[in-house]
Amino acid sequence: MGIKTLKPQTRSTIITYAIVIAAFLVVTVLDGLGLISNSLSGQLVPICAYVSLAVSLNLVVGVSGELSLGHAGFMSVGAFTGVVVAGCLARMGIDNELMLFAGSAVVGAIVAGIIGFLVGIPVMRLRGDYLAIVTLAFGEIIKNLLNNFYIGVDDAGLHFSMTDSSSLGMTQGTILINGPKGAVGIDKISTFALGILLVLITVAVVLNLMHSRDGRAIMAVRDNRIAAESVGINTTKYRLMAFTVASALAGAAGVLYAMNYSTITPSQFDFNQSILILVYVVLGGMGNIWGSIVSAAFLTVLPEVLRPINQYRMLLYAIVLILVMVVPHLKIYQRAAEALRRRFGRGEADDATESVATEGGEADA
Amino acid sequence: MPKLFSDFAKARRENTRMVPVPSQALIPDRDIYASPVLECVHLGIDFGGLKAVDDFNLTIGKTEIAGLIGPNGAGKTTVFNLLTKVYTPTRGTIMVDGHDTAGLDPARVNRLGVARTFQNIRLFNTLTVEENVMVGLHNQHHCGMATSILRLPHHWKSERYYHERALELLDIFDMCGLADHEAGSLPYGAQRRLEIVRALATNPKLLLLDEPAAGMNPSETAELMENIVKIRDEFQIAIMLIEHDMNLVMNICEGICVLNFGKIIAKGTPEDIQQNDAVVEAYLGKQKKEVA
Amino acid sequence: MEFLANIINGMSLGSVYAIIALGYTMVYGIAKMLNFAHGDVIMVGAYICFCSMTYLGLPVIAGVVLSIIGCTVLGIVMERLAYKPLRNAPSLNVLITAIGVSYFLQNAALILMGSDPKSFSSIISLPALRLFDGALTISATAVITILVCVVIMVALTLFTTKTKMGKAMRACSEDRDAAQLMGINVNGTISMVFAIGSGLAAIAGVLMCSAYPTLMPTTGSMPGIKAFTAAVLGGIGSIPGAALGGILLGVIEILARAYISTQLADAVVFAVLIVMLLIRPAGLLGKPVNEKV
Repeated sequence: MGIKTLKPQTRSTIITYAIVIAAFLVVTVLDGLGLISNSLSGQLVPICAYVSLAVSLNLVVGVSGELSLGHAGFMSVGAFTGVVVAGCLARMGIDNELMLFAGSAVVGAIVAGIIGFLVGIPVMRLRGDYLAIVTLAFGEIIKNLLNNFYIGVDDAGLHFSMTDSSSLGMTQGTILINGPKGAVGIDKISTFALGILLVLITVAVVLNLMHSRDGRAIMAVRDNRIAAESVGINTTKYRLMAFTVASALAGAAGVLYAMNYSTITPSQFDFNQSILILVYVVLGGMGNIWGSIVSAAFLTVLPEVLRPINQYRMLLYAIVLILVMVVPHLKIYQRAAEALRRRFGRGEADDATESVATEGGEADA
Repeated sequence: MPKLFSDFAKARRENTRMVPVPSQALIPDRDIYASPVLECVHLGIDFGGLKAVDDFNLTIGKTEIAGLIGPNGAGKTTVFNLLTKVYTPTRGTIMVDGHDTAGLDPARVNRLGVARTFQNIRLFNTLTVEENVMVGLHNQHHCGMATSILRLPHHWKSERYYHERALELLDIFDMCGLADHEAGSLPYGAQRRLEIVRALATNPKLLLLDEPAAGMNPSETAELMENIVKIRDEFQIAIMLIEHDMNLVMNICEGICVLNFGKIIAKGTPEDIQQNDAVVEAYLGKQKKEVA
Repeated sequence: MEFLANIINGMSLGSVYAIIALGYTMVYGIAKMLNFAHGDVIMVGAYICFCSMTYLGLPVIAGVVLSIIGCTVLGIVMERLAYKPLRNAPSLNVLITAIGVSYFLQNAALILMGSDPKSFSSIISLPALRLFDGALTISATAVITILVCVVIMVALTLFTTKTKMGKAMRACSEDRDAAQLMGINVNGTISMVFAIGSGLAAIAGVLMCSAYPTLMPTTGSMPGIKAFTAAVLGGIGSIPGAALGGILLGVIEILARAYISTQLADAVVFAVLIVMLLIRPAGLLGKPVNEKV
């Protein structure tokens, strides 16, 4: 096969990996030169976690075309599972940080994936806004349940209760999850390198899935459900597949996020957290993986950069958000963009190939 | 009604004779030893109180080209939606290649061997032309999710299969050059042809075409007619089409079924249909008795 | 007796949800968008009422009227500036914009009013009702909330069925393009719906803060989500559905709080929603939409 020009698909894949690796190199070099401020270096792991979350949510919202408002729920399942696993492994005498992290991340992803699958079964019976509200409801239920979980570990093994920490019946050992107070005393073992590794894995999983038999089926269901059914595709299966894989990836990202702080509480993973991730996806472009990466990184850093105007930064953030959404649809902007395009001679080619397709035929009952 | 047969069609038709099977339905004599690809018995559906389709009986031979015609709103597309289980029939049975389709969903019906195109084109608009066909090939070749994610050797082998097969199929309509174009950006005629290719990719036994010539000019229609016959001959499948272009229907269809107000008003060969009073009445209205 | 009291409290809370849900459902019906900022309009309404009573020393009725006017104007401005340019944009862009508006309102309130909770004094100073020799006590706020909800429901039903503007509204919900071709001012109608919805949100805010007197910039977000849930439960786009969904949700929430667990009440509410939607995927009074093939 002669390589004339790269297919758009291949090009965007290369761009995606290049962005991640370049970001890693730049940050490492800057860090080595001591050019990264304390507040920013504290943000490096969360940025990686949010990038992973955005990429995985894009699999649901952009690639599969289902609006999910409960992604933070799966993130929290991963985070708390990871804390418990790390607690148990530490108790078993494992103190290699890489092993601890890998073990937590894998189990966190599997548990979040299983929860995602179980939640997905009823959710995928619905469509559109009804599906969105049910994912929101599941996210809130997960948060609510975690608020009532008490888990501790001692030499006898794991203890679990849903009433309070004293009913765990432990005399020694450590309480890993303490209801609304969340998980305390977490080993801070997440590092930027691990974060980048997780981002790369997430990106690879999502891109490889997209550009495969199953990924094409997922996108076909998104583009036209009825046509997808007509060519023999089990639409529920593929919507569920995207949802489950995304949940598992969110779980792993949750572990990364949790292991960066000494304390996490269930209320951190609420509806607003889910919305935050959704904003990254929409701003980066639906189905556009490198867009998600850039927008998640940018929007996580933005409030930090705005810290000097502390009081007004969230207000400004809100205004930026509205403007980014609204301005491209203003007539003035469209006219200006059109004029610019004409000025620089692009667009004729687009016009030529523009679709002449219209809704065909009259309805036949 | 004017005579619509071309010499080409007449010559080809002389080799085909429609003969009755035990259920009294007519199928081409060459298909008599194979079980019919489609048998509908007393098929019907109600929308609210309205009987949109009622008592629909039809048998299609294994390599027959059948036409479904009728005035606007007669229920033709509804019949297609019933056959593909987009709508669940209120009553009656549909047998595809000897299998009852009761309780099956559209995807399973497709796997049994029924593929279709849509009156209002339904392509996967953001995917490329090639990918559209690849999605059609979904059930012809398998490759698991884990294999794809880990990019194991089998994944690459599968991708090669999909790529090569997709191009082979696109070649039927000379569309290989468009393989990397976004399906939604194609001109109307190409979109219609792509839908047929995508349906063919599912390896059907029965291909349902809903107004394949809509919006085409006479030369495009002529080309389409040749291609429909070519597809039937090459793939040895049955094709059923809804079409308003009588030239196309009368030329290539072997059996024709006329629908009006959800009921079959006539069945038979093109010759029979053209001489049928009920059909003429359905299309042109009741003719007033001329006073001499 | 306690059960009855819980039911009545539930209906009162449910009435608040219902009034908020009406705004959600009307806006959804006509603009086909989930206005996530709707919950924050409640908060703005409550703050306006609070300020006019506490800082300006105005009487209760003036406070309520000012709050309704303020929110109505806010609703129209919100629609004109943020949503109108997006009329033909993908629905997710509109959703994100609504979230942006929600952040904006919350943070503007944070800057103007501070993060410390304000204690809202009830606007209803009537004594509580005592029935069955004091065995059943119902607060006046609860009674008035339920009454207000009933009045609003009746008024809205009359408005949508009897008046010309109401009919225009329904026509726009059914098919915006066709309505425009029939000479209906679609933009005007949409603005009107936002105005009505926001005005109702102000009433809901004042009533809610009379019953639960803590007022913070984030006060509106959870009731907003619950009301959204209620609207979906009842069948989004349906006005009686919103009322039914709201009241049902309120009753379930109070009963779950009383008999199951205070901490798990929200989980129960959302679980009920999920189960209901699985049984009736278009909500209780919603009509299922079949895709035309």
